[in-house]
Amino acid sequence: MLFQTKQKDYEREGWAGLEAEQQPAKFSSEAKRRTPNMHSFGYRANALLAFSVTILALICGIASFSDNFNSPSPAAQVQVLNINWFRKKPDGNDEVSLTLNISANLESLFTWNTKQVFVFLAAEYKTPKNALNQVSLWDGIIPSKEKAKIQIRATNKYRFIDQGSNLRGKDFNLTLHWHVMPKTGKMFRDNLVISGFRLPEAYR
Amino acid sequence: MGWIEDSVASVKSFKLRQALHQAVSLGMIVASALMIWKTLMCVTGSESPVVVVLSESMEPGFSRGDILFLYMSQDPIRVGEIVVYNIEGRDIPVVHRVIKVHERKDTGEVDILTKGDNNEGDDIPLYAPDQYWLHRHHIMGRAVGFLPYVGWATIIMSEKPVVKYVLISALGLLALTSND
Repeated sequence: MLFQTKQKDYEREGWAGLEAEQQPAKFSSEAKRRTPNMHSFGYRANALLAFSVTILALICGIASFSDNFNSPSPAAQVQVLNINWFRKKPDGNDEVSLTLNISANLESLFTWNTKQVFVFLAAEYKTPKNALNQVSLWDGIIPSKEKAKIQIRATNKYRFIDQGSNLRGKDFNLTLHWHVMPKTGKMFRDNLVISGFRLPEAYR
Repeated sequence: MGWIEDSVASVKSFKLRQALHQAVSLGMIVASALMIWKTLMCVTGSESPVVVVLSESMEPGFSRGDILFLYMSQDPIRVGEIVVYNIEGRDIPVVHRVIKVHERKDTGEVDILTKGDNNEGDDIPLYAPDQYWLHRHHIMGRAVGFLPYVGWATIIMSEKPVVKYVLISALGLLALTSND
C-alpha cells in the first residue's frame, strides 16, 4: 500500500514530487558522462544486430535439425555393360575401362533444406597388399528433386587404376554413394552396396 | 558533436583505476575468445575447426565465402568424404573430396587422392612435386557442416588489409572512449 502510494506520487508530480536529495543527478555533466545513453542510435543498432544474429543462428540450427526427420528410401541399380579394355600399364599397374549403366531414384533424399545431392559410384575391392581399395569411377550432381531420377550410361569418368597388378579375375563391389549438401547445417552421407561384379581373367 | 566533447573530457580526467579496469575487461574478452577457440580445437580434434572456402573448386556445393565446420575422428578416411588438407610448403588449406583410397593391410596407412567437384582433373597438380598421394597426416579434418555467406568478412579482411586496420582502430577508439 505504501509502495503504491509512493508510485502514484511519482506519476502525478514527476520527479519533483520526491525529496530534493532523491532526485537523480540527471542533468549534471558528471552524470551525463557516467551513465550511457540508453536510447542512442549506437545502442539500438548494437542491440538490433546482436538480436538478429542470434535469431539467424537459431533458424539455421532448426533448419539443420529438421533434416533429421527425413527418412530417405533411395533405390539404385548398376550394370557393367561392357569392359572396353583391360591392360597393364608400362609402370606395372593394371588399368581397366568400363561402360556403366546407372539408374537410381534419389527423390526421397531431398528436403526443403537441401541444396544439392552429390552422387558418385565407387569400385571397392581387396588386394593382397591393400586391405581396402576404393576408386571413384563416376560422379554427378543432382541440383533438385525433379532431376533426382537418374539414368546414366557412361564410361568411367576417372581412371580405374590399381596399385599393382591384381585386377585379373578380381571380384569387386560397385557402391553408389550420395552426399546430401544442405542449404545450411549438417551434411549427410550414405551409400548402397551392389556386389557381384567380376573383372575378366585375361587382359583385353 | 557532443561525443567529441565527452571523449576529450574523459581523456583529460584520466583515472588510473578506471583505465586499469577497462584494460582488464578488454583482456578478459580476448582471453575468453582464445579459450573458446582452443576448446573448439580440442573438441573437434582439428587444428583449425572452422575454415572459410576461398576458391570456387567445389561449386555449386560450396561457394566462396562459406564457412565449413571440421571434425576429425580416428575413423578411417573413406571415398567421398570432403577433407581439408595442407601441403608442405603451401600455407592455404584446400577443401576437396576424396576420390581414391588405397589402405595398406599391414600398416593401416592410406594413400588418398582428392579432387575438387568443379575441377576437371584431380589434385595431383596441387600436391608437392613428385607427390601422387595424400596421407593421413596431411588431413586437417573432415567437413561435417556448413554455413553460407558468413565467411565473407574474413575474405574481405584478408584480401584488403585496409579494412582490417580500419576495423581494429575503430574498435580500439570505441573501447577507449566508451563510458563503461
